[in-house]
Amino acid sequence: MSSDPTDTFRQEARELLEQLEQGLLDLEQNPGDADLVNSVFRALHTIKGSGAMFGFTDVAAFVHEFETAFDKVRKGLSPITPELVAVALDAKDHVHHLIETPDAATDAGDAILAALRGIVEPDRFPAAPMAQSATVAANVAPQVTGRWRIRFKLPEDALVHGTNPLLLLGEIADLGSCEVTALIDSVPTLDVLDPEACHLGWQVDLAHPDPTAALDDVFLFLKDGMELSIEPLAAVVAPEPISSPVLDILAEDVPVLEADEPIADAAPVRTQREPREPKTETAERAPTSLRVPAERLDELMDRVGELVIAQARLSQMAAQSSDGNLKTIAEELERLSSGLRDTTMGIRMVPIGSLFSRFRRLVHDLSRDLDKEIEFITTGEDTELDKTMIERLADPLVHLIRNSVDHGLETAEQRIRAGKPVKGTVRLSAVYAGAEVAISVTDDGAGLNAARIRAKAEEQGLLTPESRIADHDLFQLIFAPGFSTAKEVTSLSGRGVGMDVVKRTIDGLRGKIELSTRPGEGTTATLRLPLTLAIIEGMLVRVGNGRYSIPLSAVEECVELPAEVATHSRGRNFLDIRGSLVPFLRLRDLFNTPGDADTHQKVVIISSGEGRAGLVVDQIIGNNQTVIKQLSKLHTDLETFSGATILGDGTVALILDTSRLVSYGQAHEEKYRNTEGRAAA
Amino acid sequence: MTAFTEPMRALTLRLDDELFAIEARSVREILDLVPVTEVPNASPFAAGLINVRGRVVPLTDLKVAFGMQSAEPDQDTRIVVIETEIEGEPSVVGILADKVYDVTDIEPAAIEEAPRVGMRWRPDYVRGIGKRRGEFIIIPDIHRIFELEGRRSGSPNASEERAAS
Repeated sequence: MSSDPTDTFRQEARELLEQLEQGLLDLEQNPGDADLVNSVFRALHTIKGSGAMFGFTDVAAFVHEFETAFDKVRKGLSPITPELVAVALDAKDHVHHLIETPDAATDAGDAILAALRGIVEPDRFPAAPMAQSATVAANVAPQVTGRWRIRFKLPEDALVHGTNPLLLLGEIADLGSCEVTALIDSVPTLDVLDPEACHLGWQVDLAHPDPTAALDDVFLFLKDGMELSIEPLAAVVAPEPISSPVLDILAEDVPVLEADEPIADAAPVRTQREPREPKTETAERAPTSLRVPAERLDELMDRVGELVIAQARLSQMAAQSSDGNLKTIAEELERLSSGLRDTTMGIRMVPIGSLFSRFRRLVHDLSRDLDKEIEFITTGEDTELDKTMIERLADPLVHLIRNSVDHGLETAEQRIRAGKPVKGTVRLSAVYAGAEVAISVTDDGAGLNAARIRAKAEEQGLLTPESRIADHDLFQLIFAPGFSTAKEVTSLSGRGVGMDVVKRTIDGLRGKIELSTRPGEGTTATLRLPLTLAIIEGMLVRVGNGRYSIPLSAVEECVELPAEVATHSRGRNFLDIRGSLVPFLRLRDLFNTPGDADTHQKVVIISSGEGRAGLVVDQIIGNNQTVIKQLSKLHTDLETFSGATILGDGTVALILDTSRLVSYGQAHEEKYRNTEGRAAA
Repeated sequence: MTAFTEPMRALTLRLDDELFAIEARSVREILDLVPVTEVPNASPFAAGLINVRGRVVPLTDLKVAFGMQSAEPDQDTRIVVIETEIEGEPSVVGILADKVYDVTDIEPAAIEEAPRVGMRWRPDYVRGIGKRRGEFIIIPDIHRIFELEGRRSGSPNASEERAAS
């Protein structure tokens, strides 16, 4: 990771902009939510502050204006309307643009700001002139005055942390005319003076109706640990009568902001109430997280993987040894390394909500562009997935959501004709399903057109007219490269265009994609993904001389292969598992294993998605921790294996691709049913 | 076919009764025979996997590419671990050798292009034929061999049919 501070800023700004976007989109739904307004405002303020700090002056200037306009909203002077949100989103995009390409022209910004100001132009508030220019608005209207004495002292290490008191004083000076006095009483004598510490305090007498809120923003990043007192100078200068009702409310009582060490005074002292609470809360929650380059986590995971392998070897040695001490240590180490493994994997887990929130903007824009009313519902944001997985899921999900909106949902007229609510629904959800996560995109649109897909498949030679195919398999053809039902392709997206890319990405993550649809009721695309890409629990089995690992999450149960089935070498390869028929595969046949099978073969019943299959093995060895290693290009086309792992004795074992084996089993079952069907006819 | 302009520093090894030279630069290490895990349904060219310092590495047999007889491993058998590219991906692979000799410099003047005719092997698998102390040394085109043989590995359809039969 680059140590360039501007990169850090960019990264931070990206997150803040995302937060801003979410806040704006939320506001569109709940315009009255003061917390949301505050969070939007905070995001803006932070971008402005750090933008200026890292030399992104254009950004800082633009955001300043943006913030000024939004301040009206915060003060309740301008209502939140969809138009406002739309322009604010544009403004957010512009900031993003400015940050990513700082040298680009900024003309667009002026237009956005003009639009923004046009919307927030308060027509209800008497002090209208304030809004004519944003800069004027920043300085509070001169006709309403009060005088306030602000005393503050920064924490001693403030300078070390990059705080510039001059900038703070400058910001206060922007609020109104003021007089600044330095408080030098705590400056120590020269021999004990630490030149890097901040010993000075300041006293500012400010002309302002009520600066508490504005000062809150000035000291936003410093409030913890600094001393701050704000008191009205009522005794010194009589406040002029305040005319505005809004300001009456603001000036109600005499608020004194209390910081760590309030300076005692005759004025009534009181901590500030409700409006500030959400802010303090975030301030308390925020500082416990740490930013770490992703590569370091990957490296950590690799090391843990190696440790797990070494530990497995030790355990194996200890098991063969009669040395009690060695056994104790091996057990201890096993416990520690499995704890370390879980913690390391936990660090890499990220809630999927961060990904989901990105799509709200997508749906918002699609809704506008396609003129379809859409309700976008997300559930299961707390579901956690490996971070690499989340990064790689973004594109496939964009694709699926676009498809749902563009092709799944009908136009308003069609929906009315079909007797559906005009507003279409797109649902994005994530749930844990065993050691998998199922992420689905559901729309309540017209559903997939099986006939059209079939026609297209025949046209492209993927199917012959006489071939019989289950709908489930027919829909899988959508993922074939180049498959597209051209009739419905629009400029935006066509079902099939790029669906093969979606499929490839999901395959690459060892995941699966399923489509289900009900004509007239909608389509669901479900992605099934493993929780992690790195280490899994595996069940080690033996087939001939080969040992194979089966992901434990896929294993349902193990049964003995009944003797009568075992001797029956071909034909009906089905087991009756408590009344349901499960097809089974003889791994010896599948792998061309030489030699004779063990007398008591076992069947490992695995499941994947809806399907189940049995795998006939010679022996079940036991459970082991499986560090997944990718196969090289020489072996990636072997469909029955998803990877390899290293066993305790240092040899390599292949990991079975359970979902693929289940589909083999199902193909087998279907073939059997078809023959049965024909035999019956 | 790459022309040779500089002396080639090469590791010499024996496959069957022929002497081969592999670019020494690409060699990572030489191992005694380790336990090999067989990969069902893989091509005979890359039929196994080995553990090289915690890394799962495919074990390949150049004799398959050159249509030579495979022999049972003996005490001279070694695995030469090399770095190469397979379909654009940097990969580490093991190559079986019946015997490994030494590292030597082969002068460009002593390297000739592989003759188009009169050779037992696919000409495109041979970069050139060197000569040392009156003996011919085959310089295989490792890159090309892995590119082409890699694609032949496995036959998923066959395994599917077997599974479903």
